[in-house]
Amino acid sequence: MPNLNRTPLHELHTDLDARMVPFAGYEMPVQYYDGVLWEHLHTRTSAGLFDVSHMGQVRVSADSLEEAQLALEALVPVSVLGIPEGRQRYGLFTSETGGILDDLMIANRGDDLLLVVNAATKEQDVAHLADKLSGCSVTPITDRALLALQGPGSEAVLAALVPGVAEMRFMDASALDWNGIELWVSRSGYTGEDGYEVSVPSSKARDLAEELLASDAVIPTGLGARDSLRLEAGLCLYGSDIDTTTTPVEAALEWAIQKARRRGGEREGGFPGASRIMEQLESGAPRRRVGILPDGRAPIRAPARIFREGSDDPVGEVTSGGFGPSLGRPVSMGYVETEFSGTGTVLEAEVRGRRMPVTVADMPFRPSTFKR
Amino acid sequence: MKYTEEHEWLRVDGDLVVVGITEHAAEQLGDVVFVELPEAGTQVSSGDDAVVIESVKAASDITAPVDGEIVEVNDALVDTPGLVNADPLGAAWFMKMKVDDLSQLDGLMSEDEYKEMIA
Repeated sequence: MPNLNRTPLHELHTDLDARMVPFAGYEMPVQYYDGVLWEHLHTRTSAGLFDVSHMGQVRVSADSLEEAQLALEALVPVSVLGIPEGRQRYGLFTSETGGILDDLMIANRGDDLLLVVNAATKEQDVAHLADKLSGCSVTPITDRALLALQGPGSEAVLAALVPGVAEMRFMDASALDWNGIELWVSRSGYTGEDGYEVSVPSSKARDLAEELLASDAVIPTGLGARDSLRLEAGLCLYGSDIDTTTTPVEAALEWAIQKARRRGGEREGGFPGASRIMEQLESGAPRRRVGILPDGRAPIRAPARIFREGSDDPVGEVTSGGFGPSLGRPVSMGYVETEFSGTGTVLEAEVRGRRMPVTVADMPFRPSTFKR
Repeated sequence: MKYTEEHEWLRVDGDLVVVGITEHAAEQLGDVVFVELPEAGTQVSSGDDAVVIESVKAASDITAPVDGEIVEVNDALVDTPGLVNADPLGAAWFMKMKVDDLSQLDGLMSEDEYKEMIA
């Protein structure tokens, strides 16, 4: 495909007959031979291997780790200083108006911070970091691939190659040796399952992927299943469920804003959009991201509008939706006016010109199985 | 069998025409998880949206391939949408139509012409 970037695993994908699609400027596998449904179900019961090398890996360092942590706190409402060595935390880059510029992972590696950001936003994120982080060096890592091994079988498979991963807990991050090669491993992912994300030098990415795929427990899994897995897990897709027009409180992500950064905390505020976000943390937001369960069988996808029963004024909109293979039913998420965001509220969504009954539901739709 | 550019197949069965989608279309769609059928008795013109079919990935419309009346629909697909992937040319027919003018079928593709199109 013209003008698209390729990941270090591109040849492996084509050798595996993956169906390739353009995604965030990359040519990416949307599914392999087994299809999205099977890849999804297999990940929940065994393990799926995903190429997520399109995502941005960025190193942030300063004269001291603490200096880098405090500098980054000027861009995210997260207690970066509170991330212990060897741990990672979910974060958000906020805008001056309290919107979300991107969501990311921040790992404390002892000497520096490793950020993992979204593919479509990585260039803008790096520019933002380079512009705003005085006294820090911001280094995009361009010589490494990123693999995600997800599902209950992940630990046994990866530990057979890298024994140290068995000791890790959810959101631990460490550098581990594999045949003399340094892997950067975190026990995390985007599926609601136990699993790992593994940063590997590009030149060794195929070797590692093939060693993992050699296990009967593992099948290659594409972006299609990645999307249905994260939807069942209630996880946001940047650009669909969160963006510059949604605040962290509207997005129901206030759990990502630790006490230290809230009113009365040791390092209160000091991030872009703090005044609006702090106000919403205390008084609530006008709308809320919620789970939406269609009563019928039809998947309700974005951007279906949501109404009160019998009213023509929309009270919300679906931002992600589809069929949940592990639930055997359609699932959606979206925003509704806060008044209608209570679990169990019955509303209607408009699909192909017709109203379909839906019910506001808690997320995740399916309990997560992280190893805490 | 006749074929359309929309990847439908048509099979003449007595004075009715049975309509489904091709193996190629089913494979491209991926795992089908939802099928919404029109009501029997609906009068349609060629090109009208008739069936909604959703895979894990996306929703697509299947259009009426010819003018006529939809006289029967395959309700089995509502309960078992996966039939579309399992047996697109057989058990997963969508609808039977009473066609206004059977000569409309002459304008559609033969199997060889369809195979050439998707090659």
